[in-house]
Amino acid sequence: MTAVTITVNGKAYKREVEPRLSMADFLRDELGLTGTTLGCEQGVCGACTVLVDGRPMRSCIRLAVQLDGREVTTVEGLESPDGELSRLQAAFWENHAMQCGFCTAGFLVTATALLNEMSDPTEGQVREYLQGNICRCTGYQNIVNAVLAAANGKKGGTNA
Amino acid sequence: MKSASFDYHAPSSVEEAIELLVAYDDEAKALAGGQSLVPLMNLRLSAPRAIVDLRRVDELGGIEVSNGNLAMGAMTTYATALADSRVQDELAVLACALRWVGHPAIRTAGTLGGSVAHADPAAEVPMILTLLEGEVVARGPRGERRIPAADFFLTYFTTALESDEVLTQLRWPCRQGPPAHRLGWGFREVARRHGDFCLVGASSLLALDPDGRVSRARVVLAGIADRPYRLSELEALLVGELAHDSRLRDVADAAAGSIEPPGDLHASADYRRHVARVLTYRVLSDSVQRAEGGDGS
Repeated sequence: MTAVTITVNGKAYKREVEPRLSMADFLRDELGLTGTTLGCEQGVCGACTVLVDGRPMRSCIRLAVQLDGREVTTVEGLESPDGELSRLQAAFWENHAMQCGFCTAGFLVTATALLNEMSDPTEGQVREYLQGNICRCTGYQNIVNAVLAAANGKKGGTNA
Repeated sequence: MKSASFDYHAPSSVEEAIELLVAYDDEAKALAGGQSLVPLMNLRLSAPRAIVDLRRVDELGGIEVSNGNLAMGAMTTYATALADSRVQDELAVLACALRWVGHPAIRTAGTLGGSVAHADPAAEVPMILTLLEGEVVARGPRGERRIPAADFFLTYFTTALESDEVLTQLRWPCRQGPPAHRLGWGFREVARRHGDFCLVGASSLLALDPDGRVSRARVVLAGIADRPYRLSELEALLVGELAHDSRLRDVADAAAGSIEPPGDLHASADYRRHVARVLTYRVLSDSVQRAEGGDGS
């Protein structure tokens, strides 16, 4: 077992972990943060994407021990402390940017990183940035609409 | 879909890392960003007895430019390299290729040294290292050595790196060509989805002399052989010639005829050969345009 201290959504957690434990399993099994979902477990589908020091990473192909001392934000950390949805989350709600919801956490986290990097992305930039996230309901159109709506500061108006 | 157990070490120096690799005698793997190794471990295609995590080894980071070379610490991530103005200015073809490596979430974690050590024949970084005639710096119990890219990639996922050596640095030659000559480069790839490994990738460098004749030409392909594939013999068809469109097409046709690409689930051998022809032409054409337009650093 290896000792790690990882800050998740602003709170520092000290744990003894097996080195083979993935960051995703650390979040889900050790901390009970099951908003992060696991699809392929080989870095392809993007469902498990979290922010590490503000940048997107696949938590299924990062070991928890690799993130010792780092700051992680999961989908649970996107809303404000009083539970208000972030502008992006609200835009997902308004634009019906989910069907079964399995991929949604990964899309929200990845799109949060996108909006941190680019305040006014084009549709092409949104599509390129999200290409590492797979939605098997194929609901991409509404997801892209939601991200563009969030960037434009709107919570509705899908075809603006 | 979970990795097998392993011993875990996170040394803080290259020397310490080498000692660990020696102690485990071929059964330890060095871990950089883990974007190739961890998936293989999750799939149990790889089950090393020990992992030597290089994340604490500070000397494996950093970028420096001196004497026409950009020296890049092996642990430099794709995202860090992409954001570096020296990479953008001195190695435009690399900067272009890096945008095609994985997705943002992969580029944040993955490292250039890791890609080179992994040696996927469809990967962008090994192709560009071969194109630029870069070098790999490796350190082991017998000391440090520099290995030219042409000698480094041996076959699928196999390199000249010994199991007790740590890949410490990549050395990228910057502007290449006689001073008065105009330089151009090209990079293109075709993948099922932007960010996936390419079906075929192509890259090129051209130098044009003051009369517009090709003074130097290099073309390297990815995804069509067991390692980055340089079209050495075909480069000679260009040198000394005017870079006319018909000449570029002849070289692309010859390239398609000279390769034996693999066929698999994603694309047949014939399709890869076709794409190789098209991309070879396009990267050469891009190179000529950049050279003539004067933006081919």
